[in-house]
This record gives sequence, C-alpha cells and structure tokens, in this order.
Amino acid sequence: MKINKMLVGLLTSVALGGGVAHAAELAMVSGDTGTGLEFLRGQLDRFEEETGHTVTIVPMPSSTSDQFGQYRLWLAAGNSDIDVYQTDVIWAPQLADQFLDLSEAAADVVDDHFPSIIESQTVDGKLVALPAFTDAPALYYRTDLLEKYGKEVPQTWAELEETAMEIMEGEREEGNQDMWGFVFQGNSYEGLTCNALEWVASHGGGQIVEADGTISINNPQAIEAVEQAAGWVGTIAPEGVLGYMEEESRGVWQLGNAVFMRNWPYAYALGNSDGSAIAGDFDVAPLPAGSGEEGRSAATLGGWNVAVSKYSPDPEAAIELAMFLSSADVQKERAINQSNLPTIESLYDDAEIAEAQPIIPNWKEIFQNAVPRPSAPTQSNYNEVSSMFWGAVHETLSGNGTAAENLELLELDLADIKGDSW
Amino acid sequence: MTTETMVRPAVADSGAKRSELLAQRVRAARWFLVPMLVALAIVAGWPLLRSIWFSFTDASLNDLYGAEFIGFDNYLRWQTLESGRTIYRGLLVDDAWWNAVWNTVRFAVISVSIEAVLGIIVALVLNAEFKGRGLVRAAILIPWAIPTIVSARMWGWMLNDQFGIINDIMLRLGLISQKIAWTASTDTAMTAVLIVDIWKTTPFMALLVLAGLQMIPKDIYEAADIDGVHPVKQFFRITLPLVRPALMVAIIFRVLDALRIFDLIYVLTPNSPATETMSVLARENLFDFDNFAYGSAQSTLLFFIIALFTIVYIWLGRVNFDGGDR
Repeated sequence: MKINKMLVGLLTSVALGGGVAHAAELAMVSGDTGTGLEFLRGQLDRFEEETGHTVTIVPMPSSTSDQFGQYRLWLAAGNSDIDVYQTDVIWAPQLADQFLDLSEAAADVVDDHFPSIIESQTVDGKLVALPAFTDAPALYYRTDLLEKYGKEVPQTWAELEETAMEIMEGEREEGNQDMWGFVFQGNSYEGLTCNALEWVASHGGGQIVEADGTISINNPQAIEAVEQAAGWVGTIAPEGVLGYMEEESRGVWQLGNAVFMRNWPYAYALGNSDGSAIAGDFDVAPLPAGSGEEGRSAATLGGWNVAVSKYSPDPEAAIELAMFLSSADVQKERAINQSNLPTIESLYDDAEIAEAQPIIPNWKEIFQNAVPRPSAPTQSNYNEVSSMFWGAVHETLSGNGTAAENLELLELDLADIKGDSW
Repeated sequence: MTTETMVRPAVADSGAKRSELLAQRVRAARWFLVPMLVALAIVAGWPLLRSIWFSFTDASLNDLYGAEFIGFDNYLRWQTLESGRTIYRGLLVDDAWWNAVWNTVRFAVISVSIEAVLGIIVALVLNAEFKGRGLVRAAILIPWAIPTIVSARMWGWMLNDQFGIINDIMLRLGLISQKIAWTASTDTAMTAVLIVDIWKTTPFMALLVLAGLQMIPKDIYEAADIDGVHPVKQFFRITLPLVRPALMVAIIFRVLDALRIFDLIYVLTPNSPATETMSVLARENLFDFDNFAYGSAQSTLLFFIIALFTIVYIWLGRVNFDGGDR
C-alpha cells in the first residue's frame, strides 16, 4: 500500500515535472436533488476537457442521513473506488480521519471563502473539505396570494400562522380543496433537525448544544417554539408533513398548493422553471422570527463541500478535481444555473449572478442570520444527538407527549451520551 | 437409483461388505459436503463470530482493530450513584431496543398470518383448472419478482398523502373524508408497511403452497366426492393436513425473513419509531451513530432471538425438512 502510494506520488511528480499531466480515472459521489447531477455532469465534462482526466459520478440518494451511512461504511473499509466525496457541512468532525488534508493545496484560495465556512471544515488544523456551495433556507411565499388577500410578508411565526390560515381557508372556499398554508420538512431525519433548530433559535432558545458543550435544549423558549410548531400540523400544514423531506414539500409547493414553504435555495430555480405552476408568482424572505425579547430570524447553516478520500489511488488528480469544484468559476456557474449560494464572498457582488438569480444578493442577509448545527461541540456523537433531537421533535409534532415532556427527556438522554465530555 | 441396485445384492452377500460400502459412501458424502461447509464458514460463520466478538468490545468504526474487551457492558452494566440509587444501562434495559423487538414480532406475526391465509386461497384458485391458468400463474408472481427497494419506493409514492393514488381512489369512493398521511402518521405507518409486505410476499406463499397442493393425489378427492363429503370438509380434512408440511416450511421461511425485515421499512418509513425493527435499529447504531460495538450487541441478540424462535418452531411444529410429517 505504502509502496504503491509512493510510486503514485513519484509518477505524479515526474509527470508534473515533465509538464505533461497524466490522465487519471476518478470517481466521485454526489447526492441528487432536483437537477443537481445534470449540472455537475456538465461541469465535469469541462474539467475532463481541461485536464484530460475522466470522472465518473456515482449518484446517491438525496437524504443526507442515507448518504452518510454509506460513506462511513466505505471509508471504514478503506474503499479505494471513490476518490472524491461530496460532504455535508456537519460531517467534517466525524470523518476527518478518512480525508486528506487540503490546507496546503488550497492555501492560495482559502481566504476568498467565508471564514466561518472554512472554519466549519477545519478539524484540529486540518482542512478536511473544500466548500462547493453554502446553503441557508428561506421562507418562500406566494406573491400573488398575499396580494390578493392584502397581506404583508410575515415577520414572525405568529403572523405566518395567521396569514396562512386566512389564505388557506379563503382558497379552499373558492374550490381548491388541496390548498395548505405552510409546508416544511417534518420527516424524522436530519432535515427536521434543521427546521426545528430554526424554530428554537428564532425564539432565543439556543442551539441544542452550545459551542462550549453545555446541553441547553430544555428551556422555556425552546419548549414554546416546538409547541407552536406542533400546532401547525393538521391545521395550516398537512398531516403528511410529518413524512416530508425537501422534495415532498417542494412537490406540494410547486403544484401551487401551499402559501408558504420553508426550503433551501435550490427550490428557487426549480420553482421558476418550465412546467412549474407558480413560476413568477413567488419570492423569498428571511424566515420569520420567534416571539419574546430574544426573537429573531434564524436559518440553519447548510452547504456542501468536496473532500478527497485518503484511500484514493490518485490523490493528486483527486485534489485537482476538488479544487476545480470549489473554484470561483464553478461556483458562479452553480449560482446562475442552480441558485446555489456561493461560498466566495466576492461573488455576492457579481453582476451576472445578480441578473440571473436576483435572490442571491438577498441571501446575504439570510446568511448573516445563519445558525450552525452543534456538530463541532458534539463531535463523533453528532448523528446520535441530532437523531434524538429530531426524534423528540417528531414525537411532539405527532402529538405523542408535549414539548415540555419530550425536551426534558431529551435533555436526560443527551446527558447520557455526553457522559463526562463529548 | 443405480447405486441402490448395486448395493442391494451386496447386502444379501455379507454384513462386513455392507458396512464397508456404507463407510465408503459416508466418506464420499463428507468430501462432497466440504466445499459447502467451507463456504458457509467463510461467508456466515466468520462474520457472525466477529459480530459476537465486537459486541463484547468498545469498537468504533474509525478504529475497528483497536477495540478492547469490555465484557458484558454493552448488554448490561450498572453503577450506584452517590444517593444510593442504582442506574442500569445497556441493551437489555434499552427502551428503543425493546420497542424494536415488539415492532418486529408484531410485524412478523401479522404479516405472516395474513400471507399464509391469502397464500392458501390464491394457491387453491391457481390449482383449479381454468382457461389462461398459466398466464395468471405467471402474472401473480410479479410482486415477488420486483426488488423490494423498487416496490417500497413505488408504494411510497402511491401512499403519498397529497398526490398518492391510494388516497385519491379512497376519496373518490367516499371511503375517507380527508387525505391520510399513511407513512408519516405513527398510527398508520405499520399498516402501510404491512400492506406492502403482504402484497409482495403473498405470491411466494402461494407458490410454495401450490407446489404442495399438486402433490396431493386426485383420487382422494374422487373418493371423497363419491362418499358425498362436503367441499368445505374436504378442505379441512384432506387438503389442509396434506399440504401442511409444505405450508410449515413456507411459514418458517417467511417468519425468518420477517424477523430480519430491513429494506422495506428503511425505504418506506425511515426513522419512524412506530416501525423501527431490530435490523433497522442495529444498522443505525452500527453506521450512523458510531456505536459499532452496541450495534454489534443488537445484531448478536437479533441472531439469538431468531435462532431461538426457529428451534422452538421446529420442535413444536415438528417440521420435517426431509419431506413429509414425522
């Protein structure tokens, strides 16, 4: 193995030294949402043309929890078939040992990216992955319906409830029985953690586990936030929202059957695409704020990165690919075609992006309200913590126990996992 | 056949020759069994032993080889607090685990019972002679032929609350007044899983029962008809007892499958505590939560539960795998 790697390294350096890059065959994995893979293929074709390498995409399910399980398995087994992984922002602390350190390769470009994002991908001084795009959700609202009923864009969750109810009932009376007020991601999976963290943080209820490792979830504001959300299910949101992930909620929304939706930026470009029932009839705003003194708008920080497996037989070429995918060039294309948010600060002032996707400059504001999930303090326990959190919230939304009861139990369970320290 | 005719005269000749021949046959049989035993040891025995070993360690996926032995701590451990209270921890007192066991057993009992009854009915229909029987026999196998992942996804969309066809049909027929969130609501999640599983595996049951039915000689029914035995009585007195050995084998196959159920639930209702089974929970701990040792303990217990069940079933049901009743 070692000899092999040395040999590869030697050959690569010889090849590079000679000014002739050798052609490598690479494989990368990527989850699929909307038209993401199609776009990626187009970019990879460009990469292949520029470098002479070939890249195969291995498509994965869109659920991040499913992807993680598979990657964890492959990496634990030292799988050398996959060179480049597309990784979720929360995975860095858990998979740090299995990826190559990119800090040297990316030394010249790291300063172009948002420092908080680079920080989220740095574990003990090792740059685990390079950011490809960032993600922060927003409130999607129907401009035509708000206008019809003379309503403003809601600033708080209470206003959202009220507006959603009124418009939903009005539209139902007019014959659209399938109309709903608000759709979000309520299935028991990582997405519910994102949604619920926003409810809690927007009420000033903390971030489940704080940066210093204290478990903060059992507090009155958090309880109020989750309790409020539980009141939406079956009233302004369909009961099926308890099984919705991103694509299911987008399905309801894009058929024109919802007044409001909480979703990631990718839904913007798709909502305006051909065949969408609501093209041109919607806009986005920051998510509503919670009640109380500490009420503010909060958006969970998402985003995807590219990491290079340490088992890659061709690390040089793989790093080249990772650098390419996080480059300003590709990020700009991504922003224009996919409405994915760039991680490079200067792109938010880019005129072409502003013209193609006028919302992206708006997102700068949403991005400023972004809350990280507690993946850094909880380290390798993050998935279990998140699963317990979404479990407790899902129970509350389903009507099994009140928020107060479930969050109290959650606090106890989290303390158990934590032990003396995370 | 040829061996028997060759052996028989030898038997008549002398006892010594017979035993030597017998020993020779046993030796030959052993050699024929060796490849299978080796294969089983490699693909089933070794992983099983390793899982059991890991369940007694503190292994994590990032460091499998640095695992250290910790005894039964994954199963049960306790510590006495300063206040004098004793706290128990571990798999044997884990509510999530017992919930999963209950879900699995409930799923296995309900699904296999319904599948057995439906399977017999379908088999009886297919055993009757009618035009186009071959076509129907082939068609009924389609659900069984579709990969579970595909059928789970397909049903997932059909059961979708907003644009699923099931809700649409039931609404139009007036059976329900409001769309039901089949897979999302904890009340209906298990029902949804059961529907899909029964749809999928009834053909398998029917096929095995049909094979049993075709072994029953026709003249028994002719005799019963002449004696004027009512068809219902014929079914309970002739068909059922004679098809029982085949049915028992089919049921045990299904029960073993049902106790291990993973793929259908993982795709149709992921992470729902109402349907989480032992295998789903074990996978979650093994790979998602970085509790490799704890997940191994769950897998080990799952293995012993299934083994115990199989032994009890064979003993109580007197299932004879050599064919026919004992």
